[in-house]
Amino acid sequence: MRLDWEIAKRGWRRYAAYPWATVAGAFTNTIFGFLLAYILLAVYRSRTDVGGFDAGDAVTYVWLSQSMIMTVYIFSWWELAWRIRDGSITTDLLRPLNPQRYWLAFDLGRAPYHFLFRGLPPFVLGALVFDLRYPSPLDALAFVLSLTLAVVVSFGFRFIYNSVAFWLLDFRGIITLSTTIIVFFSGMAIPLRFMPPVLRDICYALPFGSVIQTPVDIWLGKREGAALLGMLALQLFWALALLAIGQFVLQRATRKVVVQGG
Amino acid sequence: MVDAVLVWRRLVGAQIRSQLQYRISFALDAFGSFWISFIDFLVILVIFRNVPRLNAWDVHEVAFLYALSSITFAVTDMLIGQLDQFPQKIRDGNFDIVLVRPRGTLFQVIASDFALRRIARVIQGSIVLVYALSTLTIHWTVLRALVLAVSVPSAIVIFSSIWVVGACIAFWTTDGGEFTNAFTYGGTAMAQYPFDIYATWLRRLLGFVIPLAFVCYFPALYVLGKTDPLGLPRFLEFCSPAVAAAAAVVAGLVWRFAVRHYRSAGG
Repeated sequence: MRLDWEIAKRGWRRYAAYPWATVAGAFTNTIFGFLLAYILLAVYRSRTDVGGFDAGDAVTYVWLSQSMIMTVYIFSWWELAWRIRDGSITTDLLRPLNPQRYWLAFDLGRAPYHFLFRGLPPFVLGALVFDLRYPSPLDALAFVLSLTLAVVVSFGFRFIYNSVAFWLLDFRGIITLSTTIIVFFSGMAIPLRFMPPVLRDICYALPFGSVIQTPVDIWLGKREGAALLGMLALQLFWALALLAIGQFVLQRATRKVVVQGG
Repeated sequence: MVDAVLVWRRLVGAQIRSQLQYRISFALDAFGSFWISFIDFLVILVIFRNVPRLNAWDVHEVAFLYALSSITFAVTDMLIGQLDQFPQKIRDGNFDIVLVRPRGTLFQVIASDFALRRIARVIQGSIVLVYALSTLTIHWTVLRALVLAVSVPSAIVIFSSIWVVGACIAFWTTDGGEFTNAFTYGGTAMAQYPFDIYATWLRRLLGFVIPLAFVCYFPALYVLGKTDPLGLPRFLEFCSPAVAAAAAVVAGLVWRFAVRHYRSAGG
C-alpha cells in the first residue's frame, strides 16, 4: 500500500511538471466545450427532451464530459506499448511488482491531477457562461466514487490494448481503433441518450458506458436508489473484469516474451 | 519557386516511398485514422436522428459542410500536420539544423514530414461528399461550381495558416503545443456545423478573427443557394480566396517574427 502511494505520487508529479501543457490542454477542452454546447443547444430549439435529457442536462453533460477527458485519459495512451516495443518492459518484469499494479497506481495518481487542473478550469468557465445542474450531496459522493471506478475501467481497457504490442510491432493502428471505439461508445462524442435505444442500452451494458455516461448520469441525479447502486456495481464489475483480462493477457505475453534487440 | 516545388517533390517522394515500405503498419494506421475521423460524422447522424433540422439546415446540408471541412482539413493535416511535433524539434535542438541550410525555414520544416497515412481521412471525407452531393438538389451554375472548386484550396490555405501560427507558440514555450489544437482540430470541428448555431461572441472570434467561417460556411451558402440566416452581406460568400491569401501573409509574417526571436537552447 505504501509502495502504491509512492508510485501514485510519481503519477501526479509526472504531469504536474508541465504546467503550460496543462493550461494549453484545458484551453482546448474549453473551446471544444463551447462548440459542443452550442451544437446540442441547437437540437433543443426543436426538442425539450432527448432520451431523458433536457437542455440543462445536455449542457451540464458537455462540461462534465470535457472535464473528464483527461481524468479518464480517454484518448490514446501509449506508455506501456512503447515500453514493450523498446524492450524496457523487461526491467519492469524483473521487479518484484506486477507491472499492471504499478501502472494502475501510477494512473490513480495521475487522474486526480488531471481532474483538478485539466478538468476543473473548463468546468468552472462553462458554469460561468451556462446554467449548469449540480448534484445533491449524496449524488456528489456517488459521482466521486463512480468517477474513480471510471478511471479504473478506462485503465483496464488501456492496459489491454497496450498489451497488443507484445504480439504486434505496429500497434499504432490498433490503439487508434481502440480509442475510436471508446470515444464513441462511452458517450464522449455524443451523449448515449441521443442514440437509438437498442444501441444505447448496449453501450450502457458494455464497459464503455461506465467510463463517461454513467458518472454523468449520476451527477445529474438520473439514477437513484437501487438503480444508482446497480450502475456502481456494473462499473465495479467491469473494473475487476478488465483488470483480470489484462492480467491474463500479461501472463500469456510474459511466457512468450522476446525482447527486441540484444 | 519552381525550384522549391522540385525539391519538395523529391523530399516528399522519398518519404512516401519509405512509408510504403511498411505495408501492414501503413494499412493499420490508415484503417485506424479512417474510423476515428468517422466519429464526427456518426455524431452528426445521431444528432439528426433526433431532429429534422439544426436551425434551417438539414442532414444533407450539414453532411456537405462536414465533408468540405473534413477533406480540406485532412489534406492540410497530410501536408503539414506534423507541425504538431514541431515543439519537439525546438526542444531537442533539431531546428538549428534547419537554420543553417540554404532554404526557407518554414519550407524545410513542412517538407521534412509528410504523413501519407492521413490519406484515409481524405477518402473518408470524400465518401461523405459524394453522399451529400447525391442527396442534395443543387442547381449547378458555372459560378457555383467555381466557388466550390476555389473553396477547397482556400480552406487548405486557411487551415495551414492557422497551423503555422499555432506552431510558432513553440518558439516561446515548448509545452504549449496543445493551444494549437483548439484552433486546428477545434477549427475543423466548428466548420462542420452551420455557423448560425453558435453564440455571437464565438462566431466573431473563431469565424472572423480566426477566419473559420470562410472555410465552409460562406462558400456552402452560395453553392447550396441558401440565404444567410445571419443576414451578413452576400459578397462574403465570394471572399474565401482573398481571406486565404491574407491569412497566408499573416502566417508568413508571424513565422518570420518568431524565427528572428528564436534562441537555441543548446550550447
